Amino acid sequence: MTNAPILKLDHLGVTFPNNPVFSDLNLTIRQGEVWSIIGKNGVGKTTLMRTLLHQLRPTQGKVTYLPSVNDVRIGYVPQFRNIDADYPLTIRDFIGLNLTGWKLPWLSAKERVKVQRIIEQTGLTELANRPIGQASGGEKQKAYLAQALVEAPNLLILDESTASLDPVTKTELLDLVTELNQRLNLTVLFVTHDIPMAQKYTHQYLMMTPGKVEQGPISQLTDDKVWEGENV
Amino acid sequence: MFSYEFMRNAFAAGTIIAVICGIMGVFVIARNMSFLTHTLSEIGFSGAAFGVFAGWAPLNGMLLFTVVSSVIVGQLSARSERREAATSAISALFIGMGILFLSLANKNASYATSILFGSVIGISVSDVRQMLWLSLVVLIVVFVLYRFLKFDSFDHTGARVKGLWTNALSITFLVLVALSVSVAAQIVGSLLIFILLTLPAATAKYFAHTVGGMMVLAIALALIGVWSGLTLSYFTNYPVSFFIAAIEAIFYFVALGWQRLQTAE
Ligand SMILES: Nc1ncnc2c1ncn2[C@@H]1O[C@H](COP(=O)(O)OP(=O)(O)OP(=O)(O)O)[C@@H](O)[C@H]1O
Ligand SMILES: [Mg+2]
Repeated sequence: MTNAPILKLDHLGVTFPNNPVFSDLNLTIRQGEVWSIIGKNGVGKTTLMRTLLHQLRPTQGKVTYLPSVNDVRIGYVPQFRNIDADYPLTIRDFIGLNLTGWKLPWLSAKERVKVQRIIEQTGLTELANRPIGQASGGEKQKAYLAQALVEAPNLLILDESTASLDPVTKTELLDLVTELNQRLNLTVLFVTHDIPMAQKYTHQYLMMTPGKVEQGPISQLTDDKVWEGENV
Repeated sequence: MFSYEFMRNAFAAGTIIAVICGIMGVFVIARNMSFLTHTLSEIGFSGAAFGVFAGWAPLNGMLLFTVVSSVIVGQLSARSERREAATSAISALFIGMGILFLSLANKNASYATSILFGSVIGISVSDVRQMLWLSLVVLIVVFVLYRFLKFDSFDHTGARVKGLWTNALSITFLVLVALSVSVAAQIVGSLLIFILLTLPAATAKYFAHTVGGMMVLAIALALIGVWSGLTLSYFTNYPVSFFIAAIEAIFYFVALGWQRLQTAE
């Protein structure tokens, strides 16, 4: 079964002043696919994701959202975030932040149910009323994921969100994402350096190297290619 | 003491100020804007001095200066590292101008001190009414923008990812702070206004874990400070801003100590 494409990149390129990051990137992402985006530090993975999020304007080519730009609702778990130990909000309140709009200040009963459901799904029930500033790195990552999921996105982008997780938590989180992928046909892009994880949990890969981009089914991601991608 | 009209006015004004400062303070603290708020109050002083020089009500001069400069500061550096230095420079410029306008206006030093340190005596019913209107504007804008402001203030990264218009929000918020500063300066004075805009909320941050909870607590702390400050000032004849500053600072340090104890356990 091939699903409808939701994202098409045509000859996409981003150049910062005097710093070409990537160019001529062609890619079609279909509803329900799970991609890993790999490549060594500084190659432009986060830059590519920020382009998809309309945070950066591409300097060449274009991104097309299908059927229309409003149909692609992106949930993004960014690579960096500053939540210091003093940060006052509970995990529950932090998740609810993402429910914005021209609405009353307080959450409606329906919205509170939405938040509660995500809390249960992400395994945060016990921690929900603790200040997120006091949560561990892995617990914070779960809360970030929950926040991204609360608005029911159909495209989820995780930028190295599993890097600081212990093996058990990592598996829990990836199983959850896999389940959402299967149940709701959620499309997922994993930015990661964790090749075994990519091989286990994703279907396609996009490998970025300076000057060239390669893609294919994850089964074709051989060790040689990984070595080249992470080192050259 | 409520048999005096000026005390009734002062209490009414103080109550309005405490509510506004409690609510705005929560966002000021979340956005790390204490320093900028301080600068806006200095700009407020300069604006009041300009008002006196131009023959206006000081509040109108304050409004003009703080609103215009908050838009400029917002444009300059909505959230960058350069903001601190740019803010210092602007602040120096405005304090200088304030001193110049006061000397040009040929008013005596007591006038300057009443702008800088606030006063309870000068507040009329029409002042209270104007403060009420301005505060209503602030409250309504905050109410309408609440969810956006909350997201952007407490999770700037998340709000940007969501595609919220964070720069426009930032400038709008600065204008709201400018309005609040001008309102609040009437009693506590421009030198100490940032106390009410920062300390109650900073204290509340240690005890409440929802934004609404922080607001309620911050308002309560500001009200306690303002009401007891006015009362103590009435009976002792010492300046009201001294009492307010002392009370809020004590609350803050107690909270800090309490927080230390909690984390030490
Ligand atoms: N705002 C910016 N202005 C100028 N250059 C930038 C900007 N953001 C990123 N870059 C540059 O673009 C390149 C790609 O950065 P990017 O963050 O996309 O890398 P990455 O693949 O995500 O790396 P990592 O694995 O370390 O997260 C780097 O050389 C970086 O210095
Ligand atoms: Mg990155």
